[in-house]
Amino acid sequence: MQEKNETEPSRRHVLECMIWAGTGVLWTVSGGIPKSLGLLGEADAAQAQSAFTFLQISDSHIGFNKAANPHALDTLKEAIGKIEALPAKPALMIHTGDITHLSRADQFDDAAQIIGGTGLDVHYVPGEHDLVDEGNGKAYLDRYGKGTKGAGWYAFDQNGVHFIALVNVVNLKAGGLGNLGAEQLAWLADDLRDKPASTPIVVFAHIPLWTVYADWGWGTDDGAEVLKLLRRFGSVTVLNGHIHQIIQKIEGNMTFHTARSTAFPQPVPGTAPAPGPMTVPADRLPHMLGLTRVDVSIGSKPLAITDTTLAD
Amino acid sequence: MKASLFALALGLGLLAAPALGADTKILIQNFTFTPTHLEVKSGTTVIFKNEDDIPHSVVAVDGSFHSRALDTDDQVSLTLTKPGDFAYYCGLHPHMQGKITVLP
Ligand SMILES: [Cu+2]
Repeated sequence: MQEKNETEPSRRHVLECMIWAGTGVLWTVSGGIPKSLGLLGEADAAQAQSAFTFLQISDSHIGFNKAANPHALDTLKEAIGKIEALPAKPALMIHTGDITHLSRADQFDDAAQIIGGTGLDVHYVPGEHDLVDEGNGKAYLDRYGKGTKGAGWYAFDQNGVHFIALVNVVNLKAGGLGNLGAEQLAWLADDLRDKPASTPIVVFAHIPLWTVYADWGWGTDDGAEVLKLLRRFGSVTVLNGHIHQIIQKIEGNMTFHTARSTAFPQPVPGTAPAPGPMTVPADRLPHMLGLTRVDVSIGSKPLAITDTTLAD
Repeated sequence: MKASLFALALGLGLLAAPALGADTKILIQNFTFTPTHLEVKSGTTVIFKNEDDIPHSVVAVDGSFHSRALDTDDQVSLTLTKPGDFAYYCGLHPHMQGKITVLP
């Protein structure tokens, strides 16, 4: 860690090296918050690596009442009930969009009331269904835009993991897929610039950031730009919703995963004429709705992703 | 000459019959605007009706028109007076595209 020609490194530089050593070395060995962090003060200790769990729910579509699930409100309640019953409280939850079906105030209210039952810190990104109010997204931003940039993107840290929330459902172009835009990509490049490659990254957005199935619009036109910026990191987890089913792939240090909806399933790519809500027998429905749990362990291992259904 | 006439005839064969003045409907079914290419006389009112169980919208590529989100069985109408092609897409699902050719 010593730079050339620097015989008396500044105190700040020493601290940076120690933090790096703490996160990059000690956590792979000791598996806990390194004791040496006591030297660094609370602010730095808060960034230390430690194991924790977070949850993902997605596509609650509050307000949806068609054949594929006339009771989207109740199935969200069921999912939240499962979270409330967990023996250990997760550190946080993310919601990967389509909170509501039509961006109506009562739909946002219902969702907030039910999800609030968890008492968890919930971090949202919008889906395209959350931005169809008269104000083209004002309803969403009024509720969830505080402290965010642009159309609602932001980043935060939890136990040494850097979370990035991206918005890829605005300014969609004719014939295109999801869209992040130059402003958001510039912000992301800036956000990541000083992050050491050892920082575990969790990036989440509504539409998959990689192309799952272009014919149905299941991808993001400039998603590859994000992956390029993340390539140098040792552990990258990409979490999305939108497609109402689990699709997972692992490429190098990157794990891609989409979550089930809590409202209704959608067909497997290419198996139906269109990607709309899929009606299944009532007893099958709980098997096709669910939530995702992510366990962050210590070290550069991929995060452990576990999906459970409402039938589990 | 023969080849281009053939191509023209083939192209027209894919069109719905031109609507002459009266209201005409474009149905949204299975994430598709049907018919995808419509030809109308200037002054025709076109009604877009969503028959899917997911909302869609109608957005002009040139930005001149933007419908609200149409829930199931909702419709929106639009009177086209400018001759030429009116290209549009769904604001929620931009892979859904359509075109209306407005004849003078
Ligand atoms: Cu659509």
